[in-house]
Amino acid sequence: MLKQIEGSRAVAEAVALCRPEVICAYPISPQTHIVEGLGAIVRSGALAPCEFINVESEFAAMSVAIGASAAGARAYTATASQGLLFMAEALFNASGLGLPIVMTVANRAIGAPINIWNDHTDAMSQRDCGWIQLFAENNQEALDLHIQAFRLAEELSLPVMVCMDGFILTHAYERVDMPTQDQVDAYLPPFSPRQVLDPADPVSIGAMVGPEAFTEVRYLAHAKQMQALDLIPAWAAQFRRAFGRDTGGLLHTYAIEDAETVVVALGSVLGTIKDTVDEMRRRGVKIGVLGITCFRPWPHAAVRAVLSAAKRVVVLEKSLAVGVGGIVSTNVRTALTGRTVPVYDVIAGLGGRPITRAALGRVFADAVSDELGLTTFLDLNSAVVEKVLQKESETRRSGPLAENVLKASHGLPAR
Amino acid sequence: MLSIAAFREGRHAQAFPSFGSERTGAPVVAYCRIDDREIRVREPIAAPDALIIQDPTLLHQVDVFSGLAPQGFVLINTGRSIEELGLADLRARTDRIATVPATELALKHVKRPVPNAALLGAFASLTGRLSMKAVVDAILEKFPGEIGRANAAAASEAFERLVHAEAD
Repeated sequence: MLKQIEGSRAVAEAVALCRPEVICAYPISPQTHIVEGLGAIVRSGALAPCEFINVESEFAAMSVAIGASAAGARAYTATASQGLLFMAEALFNASGLGLPIVMTVANRAIGAPINIWNDHTDAMSQRDCGWIQLFAENNQEALDLHIQAFRLAEELSLPVMVCMDGFILTHAYERVDMPTQDQVDAYLPPFSPRQVLDPADPVSIGAMVGPEAFTEVRYLAHAKQMQALDLIPAWAAQFRRAFGRDTGGLLHTYAIEDAETVVVALGSVLGTIKDTVDEMRRRGVKIGVLGITCFRPWPHAAVRAVLSAAKRVVVLEKSLAVGVGGIVSTNVRTALTGRTVPVYDVIAGLGGRPITRAALGRVFADAVSDELGLTTFLDLNSAVVEKVLQKESETRRSGPLAENVLKASHGLPAR
Repeated sequence: MLSIAAFREGRHAQAFPSFGSERTGAPVVAYCRIDDREIRVREPIAAPDALIIQDPTLLHQVDVFSGLAPQGFVLINTGRSIEELGLADLRARTDRIATVPATELALKHVKRPVPNAALLGAFASLTGRLSMKAVVDAILEKFPGEIGRANAAAASEAFERLVHAEAD
């Protein structure tokens, strides 16, 4: 059924259609309307016997999800930003124990400096915690990915993080096609856990493992994610047959035939990129797009295949590995091992800075003529940076960096 | 509600707020795109075809008209005229300007200073791009029950006022 609703509401309704049995959330900032919507649905009795548990922190939220999942319940939570970081230890536990929890991350920046806006730093900071990470391009895909995520998580006995751009998607009203309960029930069978805490059949979940077996446990975690690279496209294909939508999977391409320049990105910025690419295509520029849906596991072979004919690659990402450059681009380079095409990093949209078609058009044009630097910060205000650096070089006690940048960008005199 | 009304008329619509630290009374901006095909772009709107100004006290603090398309629609929540607001110059850029006392209409119908629904009714009248039925349906979808009916009444009166103002 077509609906015009907020992204958070769409995800709440989709998660409800997946019949979760335990939803736990820390309801205070950084949180979204998703758990608020689910709280209301649970309270209405529509999801009985699902329990909604308000917890005292994100660390507790993930810990409760772990307990619920180990007891055999389909468990869900949502968070963002510092909330995800506060969960960090429990995230490794969930994946290490192989518990199929599904979590939404409404992507946001990480402080300091304090910033409530969108970028991918939160999810990227946890990219190696053993969770599967899927990134949604729009609210339809966000909705669909949650349904696929429960299926994936439970088939693999691994937790899945569905990442959607905070504010840009979570707070946007747009058209979504909400499936029926029957459709979701047909796609997502009841949870049949591989391991469960059952007094009638006792097991030990979370046993200590010494050097003699730790490598094997970690190897199997890796092997399972590698196995997911085959299963994710298969279940996306099944989803397409059942729901009629080509969402999910490892990646999506756009205008890729004969493309000499390929732009790689993930999340909602893909829409703006596609509009920019359409405009460049009309002027005869051979440029295309590779959207990464599944970032973990990293679809090495699939990315390599798509980029096989590219003469240059532009990776546009909303994250930064300080001291390295791009994060996605580092992964893309591994997929291009043995090839000599330039990979241009473009760091964009940090802390909610708008990514415009005009700015993308300029940076893509520079890439097409191979005039782009290897790492570019989109729309960087170089004058402000120079001013702050100059002050630092002249004054030992130059003061707090963030305050200096704010003053310089507002044209105020330095202290 | 504007995006819901457009959706109800079979169009694609994308509505999103600009985000800031939350505090009551802080100036805010929200955007809406309406199209006949899927809307993919996610950047804020810098050159609007239409502007709805909910709080006229912002008029002389922020350049709210920067980027306004030539002959763009401008709707201002006020009981005063464009001349009284000191905006006569705006007529050089567009003659599709209207004012409506939306907060007063809200106080009359909803008993609270919530001008949104009345502005939406006036917007439908000014632009002719939305039917009043879609506007009322969107309001009732978003706010079921008595609150929705009161807001729909405010929207309808705002719509009628602009229709009559144009006829005068």
